[in-house]
Amino acid sequence: MNFKEEEMDTETLKNKKTITKNTERISGSEAVVRCLIEEGVKVLYGYPGGAIMPVYDELYKYQDKIHHVLSRHEQGATHSAQGYARISGDVGVAIATSGPGATNLITGIADAQIDSTPMVCITGQVPSHLLGSDAFQETDIVGISTPVTKWNHQVTKASEIPEVIAKAFYIAKSGRPGPVLIDITKDAQFEEFDFSYKKCEGIRSYIPIPKTEQASIEAAAKLINEAKKPFVIWGQGVILSKAEEAFKTVIEKAGIPSAWTIMGASAIPTSHPLNVGMVGMHGNYAPNVLTNECDVLIAIGMRFDDRVTGKLDEYATQAKVIHFEIDPSEIDKNVKTDVAVLGDAKASLEAILPLIKTNSHLKWHQKFKDLYQIEFDKVIKGDLYPTKEGLTMGEVLKEINIQSKGEAAIVTDVGQHQMIACRYAEFNKTKSNITSGGLGTMGFGLPAAIGAKMARPDREVVSISGDGGYQMTIQELGTIFQQKTAVKIVVLNNEFLGMVRQWQQLFFDKRYASTEMTNPDFVAIAKGYYLNAKRVTKREELADAVAEMMASKEAYFLEVCVEKEGNVFPMVPSGASVSDIRLE
Amino acid sequence: MENEIKQFTVSIYTENNIGLLNRISAIFQRRHFNIESLNTSVSEIEGVSKFTILINMTEIQVKKIIGQIEKQVEVIKAYYHKEEDTIYQESCIFKMRSDLLFDERQIQNIIKESNARIVTVNKEFFVIEKSGRKEEIEEIHRKLNAFGIMQFTRSGRIAVTKDEMKISQMLKAFNH
Repeated sequence: MNFKEEEMDTETLKNKKTITKNTERISGSEAVVRCLIEEGVKVLYGYPGGAIMPVYDELYKYQDKIHHVLSRHEQGATHSAQGYARISGDVGVAIATSGPGATNLITGIADAQIDSTPMVCITGQVPSHLLGSDAFQETDIVGISTPVTKWNHQVTKASEIPEVIAKAFYIAKSGRPGPVLIDITKDAQFEEFDFSYKKCEGIRSYIPIPKTEQASIEAAAKLINEAKKPFVIWGQGVILSKAEEAFKTVIEKAGIPSAWTIMGASAIPTSHPLNVGMVGMHGNYAPNVLTNECDVLIAIGMRFDDRVTGKLDEYATQAKVIHFEIDPSEIDKNVKTDVAVLGDAKASLEAILPLIKTNSHLKWHQKFKDLYQIEFDKVIKGDLYPTKEGLTMGEVLKEINIQSKGEAAIVTDVGQHQMIACRYAEFNKTKSNITSGGLGTMGFGLPAAIGAKMARPDREVVSISGDGGYQMTIQELGTIFQQKTAVKIVVLNNEFLGMVRQWQQLFFDKRYASTEMTNPDFVAIAKGYYLNAKRVTKREELADAVAEMMASKEAYFLEVCVEKEGNVFPMVPSGASVSDIRLE
Repeated sequence: MENEIKQFTVSIYTENNIGLLNRISAIFQRRHFNIESLNTSVSEIEGVSKFTILINMTEIQVKKIIGQIEKQVEVIKAYYHKEEDTIYQESCIFKMRSDLLFDERQIQNIIKESNARIVTVNKEFFVIEKSGRKEEIEEIHRKLNAFGIMQFTRSGRIAVTKDEMKISQMLKAFNH
């Protein structure tokens, strides 16, 4: 650097923050934080490290405007961001350093991708002159994250930061939402440039919401009006497009029994008379069996996941299929559609409403009720009102329902407890079922509950995990303690990786390979983090313990020791048809 | 018909972006499809790149692949074409020992009959270039192989469609 340049440089430094027209001279790292504030981000989750330190320095300076939550592992940061996004509908934000910090985000990113959760992840990267040199904590995170992101981008110049972050938020939340990763080299964080911010309003190569053809609306209405045994399966699309009211109005007018996928849970209340339960592997008996009896199957904002369809060749082959969908690549991907209604679910449902004839389909609806009775006698009664020794997961859910009056957001992990929670939790409010549906990420629950509670402190948030998944992200108790996040934590402890054990029992002749868990004292661990904590082992203690937990104004940990070898039924065995669902 | 494995040409118009090749090839890799050939170049529109990919699969599969490709944020439009819908060329070059050119008169005939051309000749080797349809290239390759080829390289397919592709209109519509 010659003398003149040096002089100019000091001059630039002096002029820092002098506003010239609409721009300001600031560093790339400050720009990152300012962009987040411009996008309305109030909370972000992350973990500092070398390559992201300039941004953390700015987060320190801006801490009165944006709250950074120190997670205990980057995976926890992503799940917290996901929980935040799922309960609020806003974009969740996670931040990490290069190398291991970045790779630790991948599980959460993959989870957000498959469950269409809007999330922006920011990673630090080694300085651009070291890219590709195997520098300390260098990893090709853009390459690694490509298959699991909706979009990703590496920034090597500070001047790119505003446009790229604006694009990131636009892509993450528009159309079918998803995760975006922005990787920023350390030199770009230090570099100064003239900052100005403009939100992204469109990208020429990207059509977030495909055009809805009026003809498709009319064709769908015709099929629905002519149907004798119509059946709706709705998914998360109803929640993502804020279509809950429009959806309810349509099914009420047409009188259609409606079932939900795990991701669609809570879009309409559990108690709604047309809500006939969950479809899929551990869903309810009636909607699974009657999928193969309906004459018109109306799929709304769902993607015919294999856990929903079972054996595809024997899935609803008798039915005409209508698919309301925002993502054109989902049409005919798994199930051949007769009428595809592309577009936003809310807009499409509002458009079809006036074309739908009022109907009730009482006789058809009675079939669902009859099959529910069979399921109640064979499964539900024993789950919720057990008489034999050993607590069931179902009765714990029943107590939570009683105490929460269906107002709580239930955040689950993955496994038996998740299926039980989804089957039995009562939901009065939308966005109340926060779970890892598509990826089945053990360890999701506890950190996701942190994000959910922070986004909606006014809501009761109950985290329900098994003893396996809980230990995958148990360190987030530290985050709960530090942030004073008033989540209620329930661990249903059966000392097994229960779902895998169930499969071993049913399909591997009870060879319990590596599914038995020797567990620590969970109450002592919670107390180690200074949380209120209790353990329940007997039925007569359960109601009071749940009541005490729910009444707590602070975080509370409740371990319930449940029967060791309980199974989740009904069950559509892997590769079987939905109508071959087993009740025992 | 839709279940029969056939050769399809996939053409993809994209923004010119680092990493997009990775994103697109990952779509094939994830589903265990082998790409027969791949060519990327500028397109007729300034700032827009074009991928031309040759693939063997069923029509049902190629439709789904197109959906997955179009879903990528920086892909403007993707199409698949059957063999009869495109006009295409492939190109190849052969490096051969120079003495063959004088010892084996047959080689000169092959070059003439195939409409190939000699690009360069020196003491040790000479280089033949041939552009054409796949079968033509396979034929000259077979014929020259008998004399011993020092090096052989073949390009990916490049293709234009008989029908119009309305990319410019699509991009214009965005600007309005």
